[in-house]
Amino acid sequence: MTSPGSYNPQPPRPPWGIRPPPRKTESTRLPILTAPIPDQVVIPIQQCLDMTANAIVHPGQRVLTGEPIAQAVAQAESWAGPTVHASISGEIIAIEERPVPGPSPIAETCVVIHGDGRDERYPGYQDLGDPLQLEPERICELVAEGGIVGLGGALFSTAAKLRADKRIHALILNGAECEPYITCDEMLELENAETVLRGTRIMLRALGAPVAIIAVESEMPEDRVALNDAIEAAGDDDIHVAVVTAKYPAGGERQLIQMIMGQEVPEGGYPSDIGYVCHNVATAAAVADLFDRGRPLISRIVTLAGGGIETTRNVDARIGTRMGDLIESTVGYRIETTQLVMGGPMMGFLLPDDNLPVTKATNCLIVAEPGELSPPRPEMPCIRCSECSEVCPAQLLPQELLTAAKRKDMAALDELGLNACIECGCCDYVCPSHIPMTARFIAAKSNFREHHLAMETATRAQTRFENRQARLEQEARARDRELRDQVDELAESKPRIIDDLMARVKSRQDDT
Amino acid sequence: MTAAVLLLGLLTAIIATALSFASYRFAPDRTSAVERVNRLLPQTQCSQCGYPGCRPYAEAIVSGEAAINRCAPGGEAAILAIGQLLDQQPLPPDPAFGESKPAQVAAIAENICIGCAACLQACPVDAILGAPHHMHTIIASECTGCELCVASCPVDCISMEPK
Repeated sequence: MTSPGSYNPQPPRPPWGIRPPPRKTESTRLPILTAPIPDQVVIPIQQCLDMTANAIVHPGQRVLTGEPIAQAVAQAESWAGPTVHASISGEIIAIEERPVPGPSPIAETCVVIHGDGRDERYPGYQDLGDPLQLEPERICELVAEGGIVGLGGALFSTAAKLRADKRIHALILNGAECEPYITCDEMLELENAETVLRGTRIMLRALGAPVAIIAVESEMPEDRVALNDAIEAAGDDDIHVAVVTAKYPAGGERQLIQMIMGQEVPEGGYPSDIGYVCHNVATAAAVADLFDRGRPLISRIVTLAGGGIETTRNVDARIGTRMGDLIESTVGYRIETTQLVMGGPMMGFLLPDDNLPVTKATNCLIVAEPGELSPPRPEMPCIRCSECSEVCPAQLLPQELLTAAKRKDMAALDELGLNACIECGCCDYVCPSHIPMTARFIAAKSNFREHHLAMETATRAQTRFENRQARLEQEARARDRELRDQVDELAESKPRIIDDLMARVKSRQDDT
Repeated sequence: MTAAVLLLGLLTAIIATALSFASYRFAPDRTSAVERVNRLLPQTQCSQCGYPGCRPYAEAIVSGEAAINRCAPGGEAAILAIGQLLDQQPLPPDPAFGESKPAQVAAIAENICIGCAACLQACPVDAILGAPHHMHTIIASECTGCELCVASCPVDCISMEPK
């Protein structure tokens, strides 16, 4: 057991995980290119996990670059969720349902802005003050106002994660991009190590944590040097770099903490339960940009890769840019028939076409040429080789889970730890029978949630029913008692009343 | 001969005492059986099964008074689960006790409601909020969709909506 805060700068190679071909060298050859400002952007207003956002603008309104256009509401919390900003200046031409990128094709409310080409800046975020002098709570508020969410792809509210109500021993900056193709964080660390460090310092202040550890992969030696140089130049002795083995999914939050800190995040819990908070390096850079450049989250770095484009490189794209326009204006299509994947080849999903906007979650677009992505192969029966259990980073038994999922046995799924599955896809990758296990687990998870919700509702209904029964019985008893009391009283007082009456009648008779 | 009769008689007496004690001491726990069946019912409290709530129906199932296929909201899933628990052959849902519907929730048309408070009495889970001469409303998160309030409304202002 390690003491809190002590870390391993070079953790050993983990027993789990896989090593798919990295395909990262091409996209790291060229520097990050700032994409031209698009003529039109379509900005989905739902860009934060677990929160509902409402548009705060109307069609016809003129907006400036960085002006708030939608506000997310944190349910059951008193503070506001991340804001969504206009990424170009111009006129809002519509607020309507448009298709947005996701594992399944859905439409969501989007703000459509027609650009005026001037890219005028909204002045509201200038002069936020020196963040290192601000109160931690104020930093969190501003981070939410700046629209900053987890840029690793999860879109979790960064402010919510910075508002730790527990003691935090260390902040872990996730720069270990373990999925093939994706290099947006790697390039960011290389080109803007100072920005990452600056963001890290602001985050440390917000969290009140004593130390930050930036995790990079063993195959990013240049990043390690760049970060170490920047740390030395700034004289930070509370920020360190740790190097993890390049193995997928070493960049998973739980896996990273387990490797570097030697501690496991409890199932169903959060890293903050054991005193750690994990943020993506790009998120840290976004925080620094907000305070130092007065720039809310209106763009992000996207890796454009795959055989379907002319050049493979990272581009800095405005949120809401049409994917097709982004590709055409920066790297160019090489061939006509392509398949488009958002995210990496392991956890990413296939998009129907390129007529979708870049969102805060778009870390990578793989424009694949025909044959580049392996088509789903026919599923064959499980041969019980147990390869899947070897590679599972959550140390589950995927093969057992699979049979339980097929049986829809909720108790067994719970016992086997279905909810600890991080959906990394390692089991699918190694399965010699090509069984799409992760897809089944994702479906089983949603069934499981539904089942639990139904059970919870049933329990509540049962309690309410029983309480009502008890109350009705009590009321009936009380009524009974009252009635009996009245009867008793009447029985007792009846003779007296009659006597009284008789006496009065008698006295009247006597009078007359 | 006498000794044998006595011995056998004694043995019979001892065994009889032990058996009667055991049947008293280790009687199957009826309450826990009812509780377990009750957990498998959806707790809609709709009374469609002919019993005034899920628990009374669970009691009737355990005592063998009612068949396991009367719960319409529970549908096939509940029948299978109860059948497995009680080791009974699953039966098809009995259409005489209503049909399985997707989850629903009651809604009061608040411009029609006259505040008569009749539905407050009808709701088995106290999921209607209101007072005489004041508009009522459904606590949607607690409504089980049992439909019992619909018939109680004199102005037909309660409708069922998909959840």
